[in-house]
Amino acid sequence: MQHETLQILSEGGTLVGEPPITIQRTRELYEAMVIGRVYDRKCTAMQKQGRLATYAPFEGQEACQIGAVAPLNNDDWVVATYRDAAAMWFAGYPMVNLILGRTGDERGGNTPDGINVLPPSITVGGHMIHAVGTAWADKLQSSGRVSLTMFGDGATSEGDFHEAMNFAGVFATPTVFFCQNNGWAISLPFERQTAAASLVDKAVGYGMPGIKVDGNDLLAVVSATTQAVDAARAGEGPTFIEAMTYRVGPHTTADDPGRYRTEDLTTTWRDRDPIDRVRRYLEGNDAWDATWENDVADTASAKVEDAVAEAEALEPLSGKEIFSAMFAQPTQPLIDQQGMLARDS
Amino acid sequence: MAERTMAQALNAALAEALEDPSVMLLGEDVGTTGGVFRVTDGLQKRFGSDRVVDTPVAESGIVGAAFGLAVAGMKPIAEMQFMGFSYPAYDQIVNHVSRIRNRSRHRFTAPLVIRIPYGGGIGAAEHHSESLEAIYAHVPGLKVVVPSRPIDAKGLLTAAIADPDPVIFLEPIRAYRAVKEEVPDEVYETPIGVASIERVGSDVTLIAYGAMMKETRQAAELLAANGVDAEVIDLRTLVPLDTETILASVEHTGRVVAIHEAPRTAGFGAEIAAVVAEKALYSLKSPIARVTGWDIVVPLRRAEKHYTPGVDRIVNVAMRTMEA
Repeated sequence: MQHETLQILSEGGTLVGEPPITIQRTRELYEAMVIGRVYDRKCTAMQKQGRLATYAPFEGQEACQIGAVAPLNNDDWVVATYRDAAAMWFAGYPMVNLILGRTGDERGGNTPDGINVLPPSITVGGHMIHAVGTAWADKLQSSGRVSLTMFGDGATSEGDFHEAMNFAGVFATPTVFFCQNNGWAISLPFERQTAAASLVDKAVGYGMPGIKVDGNDLLAVVSATTQAVDAARAGEGPTFIEAMTYRVGPHTTADDPGRYRTEDLTTTWRDRDPIDRVRRYLEGNDAWDATWENDVADTASAKVEDAVAEAEALEPLSGKEIFSAMFAQPTQPLIDQQGMLARDS
Repeated sequence: MAERTMAQALNAALAEALEDPSVMLLGEDVGTTGGVFRVTDGLQKRFGSDRVVDTPVAESGIVGAAFGLAVAGMKPIAEMQFMGFSYPAYDQIVNHVSRIRNRSRHRFTAPLVIRIPYGGGIGAAEHHSESLEAIYAHVPGLKVVVPSRPIDAKGLLTAAIADPDPVIFLEPIRAYRAVKEEVPDEVYETPIGVASIERVGSDVTLIAYGAMMKETRQAAELLAANGVDAEVIDLRTLVPLDTETILASVEHTGRVVAIHEAPRTAGFGAEIAAVVAEKALYSLKSPIARVTGWDIVVPLRRAEKHYTPGVDRIVNVAMRTMEA
């Protein structure tokens, strides 16, 4: 089986296919990608300063993250992972919540009503089936919503990937499976993750369409996800998308990629940077200039700094509060234990 | 009122719950065949295959999908065919179902019920006689409920479905059809977290739950014939545990025997013993006693009788507490 890789923008930023969105919309998504990168670099820096817990950077995957979410409506479900902060933010999860979560505070998961983006899954692979459940509920309720789940190549080795894909196929749920194949699962390269030539080939085993896309090509990602989201909304069931990209950074701030890969490959992928590609495209269409770029950079910095300040201003949960969200109403054992903590500490 | 078995009482509770369009059942063979124990018998015919759903054979998928359904506003009731088949779903239960409320500080919740037939006594194959309720009771964020009789089975299941948080609902396999009793036809809830004092007594407190209640009740009668007046407590809920009822009883009897068919080490009896030791030690007239299964794989049919506590073991251990 041979799937072609969908590409719309060449690495040089010229069109090789039909753009799915206007130049104006492309500028909006470009701005979102830049904000994502500023956020990502800020978080890495903050972790080094001891202000954040371990952080999982997504640099190099901005086209995937912004492009996957771009076709969604405000109330669609997004069920993603610890590496999908830009996607979650662009889907409406407030940046302050993202940062709060990474500072080590459960209130990061307390997002505004109406934003159906679940807190990030930290365990690998268990969350994809949740997007089958949410989509199934929407199908039963005829709400017209779709569910997007994002995961990496490593997650496709988990048994839960199979169960999620199989359930989605059997119950024809409006779920979009978006796999960012970034080449690495911590230290394990893609070739050791699977003997399959391509992950997209797996879609056929679950009776759903698969699309393989250049994950560093914003327009191609938008095109693929738009197709999948439209099909889901039209009642045609799930789609699997494999987006070919690269994790140019470490797995997390606790990781040292020098132990398992050489810099050459990373440098090659840095040259394929998804943001640069869109910039070249916009420039070629007289839709980019340095003044605007500076404005975008300033907006991004201000947005990120505001979110950081707001998150860091919040007092940590008290000893009493850590008991208060296990159940709708604390049970007697929890009330007793809260008393013990107060009494004995 | 009608005489019903536990299986029929559970079926009635599910049928009543399904009148709410957000309630749905999902599991292996729960639809067309009505479940391997026929607890869901007739429900798919009555409520349709969108509401009573035969799923692929995938326990993690069933619970994971139920989680998503619950988060999105449905009220799913998932069935695991046997406790021994529930372990593939443990990751979903521990890492997601029990935590989403805390992870989102009340923004998202997963009010689902996971029904798990458990326990031995039916001479089935390996993995079909498990009683590892402690692995669920140990997980923060879950409620764990175990009825022992038809009237409580219906009321507790109705309460579990109405509960805003996830409930592990353990159904003692050998009690499904063991007895019939009058079960009200109307909708009612038996409160979660409240134990039942089934027999008032003054000499020793026997504490059990689920299928072991049968032997425990019989033991109390035999003890009475021997001049020992046993108080019998059916816990009905393991989490949250009704410590008040346990302690009040032990304070007046001064003796306690905790009974379960689960393995001994870190079994729920250990929790009961700890609660009594912490809060009622000075009321005790004899050491806390436990009657339990052993720390072995449940023996298959031919030797299973050596494993499951019988009336004789409960009586003998209770009599020994009287000697102190």
